[in-house]
Amino acid sequence: MPDLVRNPQLNADGELTHLLTLEGLPAPVITNILDIATPFVGIAEREVKKVPLLRGKAVFNLFFENSTRTRTTFEIAAKRLSADVINLNIGVSSTTKGETLLDTVDNLVAMDADIFVVRHAQSGAPHLIAQHLNAHGRGHVHVVNAGDGRHSHPTQGLLDLYTIRHYKKEFHNLTVAIVGDVLHSRVARSLIHGLTTLGTPEVRVVGPKTLLPSKVESLGVRVFHDMREGLKGCDVVVMLRLQNERMNGALLPSAGEYFKHYGLTPDKLALARPDVIVMHPGPMNRGVEIDSAVADGERAVILPQVTFGIAVRMAVMSIIAGN
Amino acid sequence: MPQPSQIPDAEATLAALAERMRPAVAFDAAFVGIYSGGAWIADRLAQMIPGEHPVGHIDVSFYRDDFARSGLKSGAKRSALPFDVEGATIILVDDVLYTGRSVRAAINELFDYGRPARVELAVLVDRGGRELPVEATYCGVRLAVARSLSLVLAKDGERLSFSVEKAADA
Repeated sequence: MPDLVRNPQLNADGELTHLLTLEGLPAPVITNILDIATPFVGIAEREVKKVPLLRGKAVFNLFFENSTRTRTTFEIAAKRLSADVINLNIGVSSTTKGETLLDTVDNLVAMDADIFVVRHAQSGAPHLIAQHLNAHGRGHVHVVNAGDGRHSHPTQGLLDLYTIRHYKKEFHNLTVAIVGDVLHSRVARSLIHGLTTLGTPEVRVVGPKTLLPSKVESLGVRVFHDMREGLKGCDVVVMLRLQNERMNGALLPSAGEYFKHYGLTPDKLALARPDVIVMHPGPMNRGVEIDSAVADGERAVILPQVTFGIAVRMAVMSIIAGN
Repeated sequence: MPQPSQIPDAEATLAALAERMRPAVAFDAAFVGIYSGGAWIADRLAQMIPGEHPVGHIDVSFYRDDFARSGLKSGAKRSALPFDVEGATIILVDDVLYTGRSVRAAINELFDYGRPARVELAVLVDRGGRELPVEATYCGVRLAVARSLSLVLAKDGERLSFSVEKAADA
């Protein structure tokens, strides 16, 4: 296939070589990642929590935007695969001295990087790096998007899919509600693409008009502004973090007002199915988007999500490194 | 392709293997089968050989030495060793012993669970062609098979059978 039309994440054989977004990723590629993550979950229960798959490989964490949790889970995942991990806090290094993004990348390739894990405030930065590597004959160096702007956070989307499949087995009979600040959420976007690709019949977004993207229906979701309506009969509820800075921008009146309408409380959750699972990508704002009684309740699977996230990131890195 | 008469009868070979193991295997030895054929055989041997034998299964995908060449195959299973490997006597079980590379990978994986007191190896068929210094402690049958062919174990209900296929890398 000519390079111009090929999905930049896939090689000529259609195998995953970078993970940039779940958008446009074929269902078998997604399912394969979830399948391979399953045996990696078991590694955490052993005496030696390491396998030798990426021994001698170098994983560079390039975090142009802070995220202790995501960086830590990538670091643990790479170390459990026996890779060497180099963390670069780019915000305070070369780029502040004027070096361009791609010059930074070229320098790190010269240091024999094998995988770049990239987080950037600009949407498309990981794509730019992947295309640069592909175009300069460095297709053996791989890129994983760890969150870019408002665009995509594919490993979070995959760990959400893994968690849903773990508890619900199938996607084809599920109703999933994603509640809160969908507008600013790359997590929501990735999850919506993943759920629709795997055949989820009903994906709902629930939130105030000011926090839902215009024309969000075009992603194949049903829109609800009344949370009680939106939760009725749901199998899965995904709560999104309400970023405090949104309060200042006149998008919302106050945290208390938000909690009243869109906070997940036990009585609202009672409208969902009795076997509903409650997910949250973290970090949580208790008393803003979720009540502690729900966050610590028996329907919450928020901490298992974190554990599965390490296995999913191990699966992604070992798949791309082998292609 | 060899004639059907040359393909070993898996059930008869299993019976012969169990016969050989019966007097020698420790009463509390654990059986650990390598996916997928070895796992089926480990399940059966644990029933056929007197004693209290815990059974575990391991998938060696994450320990293979050809990862750099051929990447990660789909269909990796989750290893499960429901007993304490530390200090245990373990009989590693595989269907066909060939290059010895799977056994090397399996031993490496076992040691990431703990330090066993002793590890032995039981195989249904030893087809020769070793590329590592690995030998079976117990073997059902020895058989020369051409490099271009692979011997494949299948399970239909509880019944095991061998067939011959063209080797993937031939």
